[in-house]
Amino acid sequence: MTDTTSTAPSTPARQAAPVGRRPRRGVPPTRSWRDHPLRRITPWLFLLAPLALLITFTYVPVGNMIYYSFTDWDGVSPDRSVVGFDNYTQLFTRPELFRVFFVSFYYLAASAVQIVIALYFATVLSFDLRFRNFFKGILFFPYLINGVAIGFVFLYFFQDGGTLDSVLSWFGVGGDHAWLGDPESANTSLAGVSVWRFTGLNFVLFLGAIQSIPGELYEAAQLDGASRRQQFRHIIAPSIRPVLSLSVILAISGSLAVFEIPYIMTGGATGTSTFVIQTVKLAFQFNKTGLASACAVVLLLIILVITWIQRRLVPDDKVDLV
Amino acid sequence: MTTPTTHDRPTPRNRPRIGTALTYLSLLVASLVVLVPLVVVFLTSLKSSREVSDGGSALSLPHDWLNFSNYATAFHDGEMLRAFGNTAFILLFSITGTVLIGSMTAYAIDRFEFRLKRTVMALFLVATLVPGVTTQVATFQVVNSFGLVDSRWAPILLYMGTDIVSIYIFLQFIRGIPTSLDEAARLDGANTFTIYRKIIFPLLKPAIATVVIVKGITTYNDFYIPFLYMPSEDKGTISTALFRFKGPFGAHWEAISAGAILVILPTLLIFLFLQRYIYNGFAQGATK
Repeated sequence: MTDTTSTAPSTPARQAAPVGRRPRRGVPPTRSWRDHPLRRITPWLFLLAPLALLITFTYVPVGNMIYYSFTDWDGVSPDRSVVGFDNYTQLFTRPELFRVFFVSFYYLAASAVQIVIALYFATVLSFDLRFRNFFKGILFFPYLINGVAIGFVFLYFFQDGGTLDSVLSWFGVGGDHAWLGDPESANTSLAGVSVWRFTGLNFVLFLGAIQSIPGELYEAAQLDGASRRQQFRHIIAPSIRPVLSLSVILAISGSLAVFEIPYIMTGGATGTSTFVIQTVKLAFQFNKTGLASACAVVLLLIILVITWIQRRLVPDDKVDLV
Repeated sequence: MTTPTTHDRPTPRNRPRIGTALTYLSLLVASLVVLVPLVVVFLTSLKSSREVSDGGSALSLPHDWLNFSNYATAFHDGEMLRAFGNTAFILLFSITGTVLIGSMTAYAIDRFEFRLKRTVMALFLVATLVPGVTTQVATFQVVNSFGLVDSRWAPILLYMGTDIVSIYIFLQFIRGIPTSLDEAARLDGANTFTIYRKIIFPLLKPAIATVVIVKGITTYNDFYIPFLYMPSEDKGTISTALFRFKGPFGAHWEAISAGAILVILPTLLIFLFLQRYIYNGFAQGATK
């Protein structure tokens, strides 16, 4: 509650600031500085290192990647020949290459579960409860844990006769099961781990959004006799819409780009290979840089298209960068 | 809360009670789901290898609660000390770099009018749309051409150069700092760099704290970049060292568990001490 009261008065102040400061910019405080030749290049001195890094490690790779995707380069030898759309044709016609896309659906379903759980607990914990901070901490903590450690924790958890089997046997659901042994249960188990790991992040985002709702709104609603459910529908739901849409977009692109957990836990065996695992293997184990680049380009395009659709559907009024 | 003795208004008083009970139940279940896998690994880390291999239940308690020999094994054979050292080295440079780069970029963009400003902004904006995992095949070649593969500078540069989130955090924050401060300093004869160093940078402290926390935790936990760029055994960070540790200890779950707990422990301590800042940091970092 303290958060809501402190943000409320600061908002008008922040909005007022630019009004007060923009005109002042037009009146130069020191004429000599205005005319100084250094002034033109000053911003570039600050931007030199950031832009160099940005271009070297983002734009140059993207450009190169598109070029490599049209070649048969192996990543090592000095010669490569342009093969046109050959890599793309391979990607879409060889079922074993394309199949990995379907693994994403497990993670997509997991993301949906994750968002629902996070939304529920964020709503519950934004009201007064005993041990509120304790529960907040517990729900969020998995997100902070090292991915390799999580992989091992759950490798042990899913072992034949391991933790999960022991817990299930208490409830009379008997039998040891090799959870990571067949593709169906392996992918479900891995997707479960991703729910365990990432729910906390969504939860904190939702919690932040809910807590920035002014407290008076709830009080007014309570005076009008609105139930918790009505409060959720008419106050909470509309105000977290931007964060919700952000979570959806992160969930979709995240589901396509899963790497760590399946790589650490199964190495992509028993049908758990994801798109990124396959790309990494193609590039760094089988030296098929060209084909791997084509994979990466396709993934990048899909993510860009999804982001574009999301921006169209939910116009983001927060993009106020310039 | 008085006990509802009257019968004329049962619903509004009884309903919330059941609701509250269910709420606590759901919280309890969620806590168990989070804690059980971790607690089991902790228990396993205290068991002797015989206790584990004898096939007792994974949930059984260790005989000797003070059996830390597995930790010694993991620490020693897993080369954890070196891994922590490498991670600390990378953390130090990449966090310092990210803070400097992010604040300089934000300062230049917010405080100056210059040609191509919009282009520069667009470059940073579009870059947020490109997920790092997709470009690594080509980024690897760039890093390779600098001869930096298998050096600790590769991840440092990559962490510094691709962190657009921190630029946004700084940008949001720097807007709240009144320009009249800059102008006053300028009248006193300060040049642009002095203003950045003496006025803007110190005022950015809360944003710096956010960036340090978010960047620190994600860097500490990152696996993908050290795994791809530092294949040598002696360059292992805690992620890759733990990953490699499993190889020779394949079935020795007591040692692997100890390794995992060793890696989790620093995060847990930092989380307990800085809880509030960490929540805020991640909430800001992800939405901006």
